[in-house]
Amino acid sequence: MSGPSDYQPTNPALKWIERRLPILGFMHSSFVAYPTPRNLNYWWTFGAILSMMLALQIVTGVILAMHYTPNADLAFKSVESIMRDVNYGWLLRNMHASGASMFFLAVYIHMFRGLYYGSYKEPREVLWILGVIIYLVMMATGFMGYVLPWGQMSFWGATVITNLFSAIPYVGDSIVTLLWGGYSVGNPTLNRFYSLHYLLPFVIAAVVVLHVWALHVVGQNNPAGVEAKTEKDILPFTPYATMKDAFGLSCFLLFYAWFIFYMPNYLGDADNYIVANPGVTPAHIVPEWYYLPFYAILRSIPNKLAGVIAMFSAIIVLLFLPWLDTAKTRSSKYRPLAKQFFWIFVVVCVLLGYLGAQPPEGIYVIAGRILTFCYFAYFLILLPLLSRIEKPRPVPNSIADDVLAKYGSKSATVSTVVVLALAGALFAGSAQNARAEEQETPPSQKWSFAGPFGTYDRGSLQRGLKIYKEVCANCHGLSYIAFRNLADPGGPGYSTAQVAALASEYKIKDGPNDQGDMFERPGRPADYFPSPFPNEQAARVANGGGLPPDLSLIAKARSYERGFPMFIIDFFSQFQEQGPNYLTALLEGYEKTPAGVTLPEGTYYNKYFPGHAIKMPQPLTNGQVTYDDGAPATLEQYARDISTFLMWAAEPHMEARKRLGMQVFVFLILLTGLLYFTKKKIWADAH
Amino acid sequence: MNPDASTIAAGAPIEVDLAPIAEGQDIKVFWRGKPIYISHRTKKQIEEARSVQVSSLPDPESDQARVKEGHDQWLVVIGICTHLGCIPIAHEGNYDGFFCPCHGSQYDSSGRIRQGPAPANLPVPPYQFVSDSKIQIG
Repeated sequence: MSGPSDYQPTNPALKWIERRLPILGFMHSSFVAYPTPRNLNYWWTFGAILSMMLALQIVTGVILAMHYTPNADLAFKSVESIMRDVNYGWLLRNMHASGASMFFLAVYIHMFRGLYYGSYKEPREVLWILGVIIYLVMMATGFMGYVLPWGQMSFWGATVITNLFSAIPYVGDSIVTLLWGGYSVGNPTLNRFYSLHYLLPFVIAAVVVLHVWALHVVGQNNPAGVEAKTEKDILPFTPYATMKDAFGLSCFLLFYAWFIFYMPNYLGDADNYIVANPGVTPAHIVPEWYYLPFYAILRSIPNKLAGVIAMFSAIIVLLFLPWLDTAKTRSSKYRPLAKQFFWIFVVVCVLLGYLGAQPPEGIYVIAGRILTFCYFAYFLILLPLLSRIEKPRPVPNSIADDVLAKYGSKSATVSTVVVLALAGALFAGSAQNARAEEQETPPSQKWSFAGPFGTYDRGSLQRGLKIYKEVCANCHGLSYIAFRNLADPGGPGYSTAQVAALASEYKIKDGPNDQGDMFERPGRPADYFPSPFPNEQAARVANGGGLPPDLSLIAKARSYERGFPMFIIDFFSQFQEQGPNYLTALLEGYEKTPAGVTLPEGTYYNKYFPGHAIKMPQPLTNGQVTYDDGAPATLEQYARDISTFLMWAAEPHMEARKRLGMQVFVFLILLTGLLYFTKKKIWADAH
Repeated sequence: MNPDASTIAAGAPIEVDLAPIAEGQDIKVFWRGKPIYISHRTKKQIEEARSVQVSSLPDPESDQARVKEGHDQWLVVIGICTHLGCIPIAHEGNYDGFFCPCHGSQYDSSGRIRQGPAPANLPVPPYQFVSDSKIQIG
């Protein structure tokens, strides 16, 4: 297909295959002998990184699909079952969820590289267009994947985005009904999204094959933007590019592993740990970070249809890039004006991303409109203009000349890394939404399970269980925890005998028996903690209209803004303890109603509850629960212990997660080091 | 790929008894997966809704066109904001109507958009009075 291949197998078996299907020669010419420009930098490793991420998403996704149930009543529970009961299910789920973010991070870097170095220019227009098609299908796949856990954000994100299509005149409502499979987002919607989410990655894979084919026909671009002319300009793909890509892959895996093992919920939304409720809209509906810039563009235009058109146009405009920017010089390295505007464009994109997570009020609206204009102006006004008026610097004569001249200007790469790191950090933090107005920030507590070496304090877990049983269980369920979980490693550490005894104290409804009647029997370790009320209506009647939430996931379902620059520091300190901080603050936060504040009837004033009016009366007071291990019977101690217990209830495998994370990190650091030195050795003669 | 037979059947009309709803109260029922507000409006709310000049509204529609004749105190609207689909809160906002917390759209006591980004009034579902104290939605 491309590249010189003098591959002739000597092994008779291989010769036999080669004569009938020359696949070995094909592999050799495409990935071993394939001529690669000698001057590529690390921005060129992201193609390989993307291929790896696609493969990883497909593999983790197929295995997750073996355990997931795509039914609106069962989906959320099946995902929790994956996290709790499926062997290494938590690892698969974390890899798949974080993997989606990594996939998009890599694709954005890959696209920005293309923008900067003019990789979309002649003869690579089709390559670029195929890339935009891959990006569009990725966005559809990611959107549908996020709906599958059927949390609050899954449901309401689906509602908002599918409603957009109703803006299309004449056919809009029919399209929306087709998307929904019903009269609103519901079970048919979930089912068809699951089917398409399984299908589209293979469509992506097919388009990737075309993408790589298109690449191999024209050859890769390079930082100088000058095509390869002689043998001196190129190197065989293996071992040079292979080892460089392997090193880049390994570094990327380290970054990815940070999220999988230590920060699995950093990029997500706490509201998605609450089951979807069609009757309750979350205060802030925010998409995942990789959609934020487009969400900001959508909301900037006050007209519904125009907003939808603007949002899709923001992606479609990319298709026309080769015809908008007709400058003869490819690489922005030699286009001083284009280079500056490129970096301004990057900042515009990052800021749009930040705005997408803010409530559309006041200055955010004005800023959004200005930045939307800037975004489109870059493609539609600036680039065509620069093609005509810019005087570029002279490009090197050849790639070989570029390599020889290269060793002097390292500063450019450093500054770009710094900018992108900052941009990335801002992006990650911008995914948190603005609730600050209605909520006091809870004070930060010290938790034994925080940080890379954190573990649960067994004593605290056991005391927390006592508080749950004696106080909370009167109103709150804990339905995802089975009695047997109390004996699992990384938990309160009861023995199986103690668990059996504890379980038998409970009456569990079972049946029907042979007479057709339901009956009660003592609990067994495999049973789950029973809920105090049989259904929501009974719970509301007993609690003045309020619904006491199930506590299994509450430590992950509650969060608060950490603000700038805390959310950047949090990324490095692995801060994931917003939930327990909030719970402790809430339990200790009951105060006398301040003067001038009227509370709705039947509510109590709490400093940390959003809106301050909570239906639950103060549940814990000093001396209420007696501890048998000598711990102080104070409200502070109760709050700590129940928060620790509830954190374990939400994340029973945390200790295993952090332990495996440490092993993976050690392995990856060693691997990265070895790959680096191997790469250096291989490349020593090439410079 | 259009809605299947069981989904359509589940969307069959429902009957709602209005007798337990006191004046000034409203309830929320679900029909076809959508929340529907049924408001027993006070005289004050009806007057406020009718005293506005219809042509000045963002989505001009008279209050009379949105309720059934002889049953003016009953307002039945689909509780989905016409902006981006959140559920507005009843008895909130400057017009004693509905307030959508997502982006601040405000509807009046006839469910009509008065301010905010929503383009249209809260839709009125198909319904009829089976008797004075019972309606059939759908």
